[in-house]
Amino acid sequence: MYTIKSYVFPESLEEADELLRRDCRSSAILGGCCWLKMGHRRIRWAIDLTRLGLDQIEVKDGWLELGASVTLHQLETHPDVTSRFDGILGESVSHIVGVPFRNCATVGGSVFSRFGFSDLTCALLALDATVVLYRGGEVPLAQFMATPISFDDILLKVRIRDDGRRAAYQSARRSSTDFPTMAVAVSCLDGRWTVSVGARPARAVRSEQAARCLNDGLGAAAAGQAAAEELTYGTDLRAGADYRRKLAAVLVRRAAEQCMEENKG
Amino acid sequence: MKVKITVNGMLYNKHIPNDMMLLEFLRKYGYVSVKRGCDTSNCGLCTVWVEGKPVLSCSYPAARADGKNVTTLEGVKNEAASFGRYMTEQGAEQCGYCSPGFIMAVLAMRRELTNPTEEEISNYLAGNLCRCSGYAGQTRALRAWLHDKPWEKEGQA
Repeated sequence: MYTIKSYVFPESLEEADELLRRDCRSSAILGGCCWLKMGHRRIRWAIDLTRLGLDQIEVKDGWLELGASVTLHQLETHPDVTSRFDGILGESVSHIVGVPFRNCATVGGSVFSRFGFSDLTCALLALDATVVLYRGGEVPLAQFMATPISFDDILLKVRIRDDGRRAAYQSARRSSTDFPTMAVAVSCLDGRWTVSVGARPARAVRSEQAARCLNDGLGAAAAGQAAAEELTYGTDLRAGADYRRKLAAVLVRRAAEQCMEENKG
Repeated sequence: MKVKITVNGMLYNKHIPNDMMLLEFLRKYGYVSVKRGCDTSNCGLCTVWVEGKPVLSCSYPAARADGKNVTTLEGVKNEAASFGRYMTEQGAEQCGYCSPGFIMAVLAMRRELTNPTEEEISNYLAGNLCRCSGYAGQTRALRAWLHDKPWEKEGQA
């Protein structure tokens, strides 16, 4: 059971930051609120950013920019997103619950929370995305994902260089709308590969060894095996660590093969 | 806090608890078509539209709906009844508890997708769970409804 003492719509980012600074521990920047009820937070200041125009998707100065309040369903339907990176951003979120859920859940909520089960962060990691924070400025997503969550900053947007890279996304689920048991994304730009593995069940991380295998032309199967051996996998109610390790090998191989096919096309 | 929420064209100018969800607001003011199912954003039973987009009212803060237009099944009852007849003909309901949320998702899909494929339909409605019908009857009803396009004859948007 969560409680909210004050619900605020700040009129500017400065005001939102000021509210957050009053008491970071008991304040909350609201995202899509899809998991809010699953927690037990006693929120002093609930800060709702939905009136600050952060729901925009823009292509600007060679970057695709996704505002923090952009919903996951926008990623599936907005032509500036679906036409880029072989549509993996839309594909990665299309298995999450259903459209009414995805009309609520936001990019900011998914990325800032750094959920291990997040399909979106796995896909963004393979695209070398960066996050723009109000105080922290622009930082690579890979670096952001490696830091513990602290509620003292505001995620404004996610940026991806519009470099025309090819990409592919693969996931495995126990049922079609469930959390992923394993998620994998790969991208390739000018022969340089990036491989990310999520839902391990820990946060998504890159597999440098798998990328090296692909860069060196050792093939998709070798890359899959490298990802299985390099990264750590855990057990939860969806799968055991050994099963996840095997899944990682298969999904990295499939994603790499898919991306190679796209490159040929 | 004080909110102004328009539900099915009727303005509600009300004081609400800060942690109230839209589902509770709607049921409090008599929109009992909106059902509480899982209450954890998983089942789709509580689907309503905010500014024409389907959302899960169990997870949508009522405060966030301030200044917005909300549509429940009561607000589209003619079109819902039309689709409901197709469901009845196909024996697509057993307990019927999921039907309001399912119908709201179906009507939203009809507005959003033009001539959707089977895959697009499955994808769009995947978040609306039914625990007793197995979806076969609903799928048959949906196919027949999309084929007949009764909304064109009935002059609905």
